[in-house]
Amino acid sequence: MISLKETNHIAKLARIEFSDKELKQLQAELSLILGYIDKLKEVDIKDIQPMGHSVLVKNVLRKDESIEEKKPASKSLVDWAPEKDEGFVKVKSVFQK
Amino acid sequence: MDLNFLSVKAIIQGLCKKDFTCEEITKEYLNNIAKKDKEINAFFNIDEKQVLSQAKEIDKNFSQKKNDLPLAGLPIAVKDNILVKGQKCSAGSKMLENYEAPYDATVIKKVKQAGAFILGKTNLDEFACGSSGEHSAFSPCKNPNDLEFVAGGSSSGSAAAVAADMTPVAFGSDTAGSVRLPASFCGIVGFKPTYGAISRFGLIAMASSLDQIGILAKKTEDIEIIFDAIRGKDEMDSTSIEVPTGEKINSLNGLIVGLPKACFSQGIDKQVLDITYRAIEKLKIQGVNIKEIEMPNLEYGVACYYIIMPAELSSNLARYDGIKYGSSEDGIKDLIDLYFQTRGRFFGKEIKRRIMLGTYVLSSGYYDAYYLRALKVRTKIKMDFNEAFEKVDFVLTPTSPVLPFKLGQKIEDPLSLYMMDLLTVPANLAGLPSISLPVGKVGSLPVGVQIIAPASEDKKLLAVANLIEKIWTP
Repeated sequence: MISLKETNHIAKLARIEFSDKELKQLQAELSLILGYIDKLKEVDIKDIQPMGHSVLVKNVLRKDESIEEKKPASKSLVDWAPEKDEGFVKVKSVFQK
Repeated sequence: MDLNFLSVKAIIQGLCKKDFTCEEITKEYLNNIAKKDKEINAFFNIDEKQVLSQAKEIDKNFSQKKNDLPLAGLPIAVKDNILVKGQKCSAGSKMLENYEAPYDATVIKKVKQAGAFILGKTNLDEFACGSSGEHSAFSPCKNPNDLEFVAGGSSSGSAAAVAADMTPVAFGSDTAGSVRLPASFCGIVGFKPTYGAISRFGLIAMASSLDQIGILAKKTEDIEIIFDAIRGKDEMDSTSIEVPTGEKINSLNGLIVGLPKACFSQGIDKQVLDITYRAIEKLKIQGVNIKEIEMPNLEYGVACYYIIMPAELSSNLARYDGIKYGSSEDGIKDLIDLYFQTRGRFFGKEIKRRIMLGTYVLSSGYYDAYYLRALKVRTKIKMDFNEAFEKVDFVLTPTSPVLPFKLGQKIEDPLSLYMMDLLTVPANLAGLPSISLPVGKVGSLPVGVQIIAPASEDKKLLAVANLIEKIWTP
């Protein structure tokens, strides 16, 4: 079970605006799903290692240098920002004046 | 021209021998789409002019010199969560409704280099989240076998397009069964390779440790041709791997196939089970040894998935914030308000539900109880497969626990839709290759059976599926 207060708190963390009606419905649905998920408590996981990936994952690093030939790609990526200025993505105001 | 008999192989050979031109077959497919797709809704927008000019260009190459590229002239449909440079890529979401891909996904780059071209982008559940296609933010795709029924999801448009002869082959993505389930519902073949066998670069991320690009076609042979053109290590995807070429298999005689008890018990529709058992009998006649096996943790797959997937999804979808790209709510001054309003308005119901669930299981105080526990159960499921593959060559189950259902029948009940993944999700959790083959119909509704192989044995799986398909095809 998850309370309405908790549902509201999670919505704030998830940065999603919900109406009161939507939150109530979500509370009911999430409670139902979490109830089903509780099934996992039946499994004996003593001494079992967690598995985040089915393959061995290791970090692949490149040299820390400017890649000139990739500039056009980075330009088209910035172009997709709703607001931009001189090759920078523009962000809304963070602090109140 | 009868498109029904035009396989990938037949198209490539026919173009080479000049039996027909690329323009001719492309026109046939476009005509078929114009005729059928108003009702089925498999494709989003198709740029007919551009598609035809590409086909003409290919014909010109054929006439000027020998075109010996392996996929020369082949049209391919692509699920709309895979980037094709310069084309819209909505992921079935209002959030990316007007987004155009700035680059090609690796799979697209590879098929283009091999001579193929992109016919159009296909309908899907929003961000590939759904089992019926009904979570598309645009209107849902329908099952070509019976328009009152769902096509299965989330690669619904890709499966329906192949089934209705609107494309010879299509790309999909499979996080818990999203290629195999719609393949089963539409009566075609759907293949999800070993995790990493195909690069995910340019696939819009849902749950990264489970997502794989898959292939849908009418014949296993066709799938193998495409798989060989796109698989392999890619420097743009650090999880990509090389799978071995594998040995030739000419006979099913002596193969050992395991049937996990949990996948043939309660919760599985009786009609689905009956048709599956009949298919198994046909394997026995070919000398296949059938073994019932215990895989006690498979039944926890869905519960495990509904922790891991939302956790990864909520992290992946944090990027849609109205700032970087995609839709953005107008007229908002503060950053925090922009986040709330943009995500509240442009994400669909199911996406919000999954983000909420993921945020919850990862939130302070719950991480160990949910996420860490799920990762350990995932290990147990993998261990079940490891033990099984000591005794059997392949594992076989029905693909879907139920027959295709009617549009609207399950949409208000998220948990019953989640259960659609029961039989397909274990292969994603363990990273294993799996293929769904059509085995027959109940009335107008197709049924599929899934075969799962050990990791990296994709080529062996395809070889065996190719033999089995010949026995199962009526």
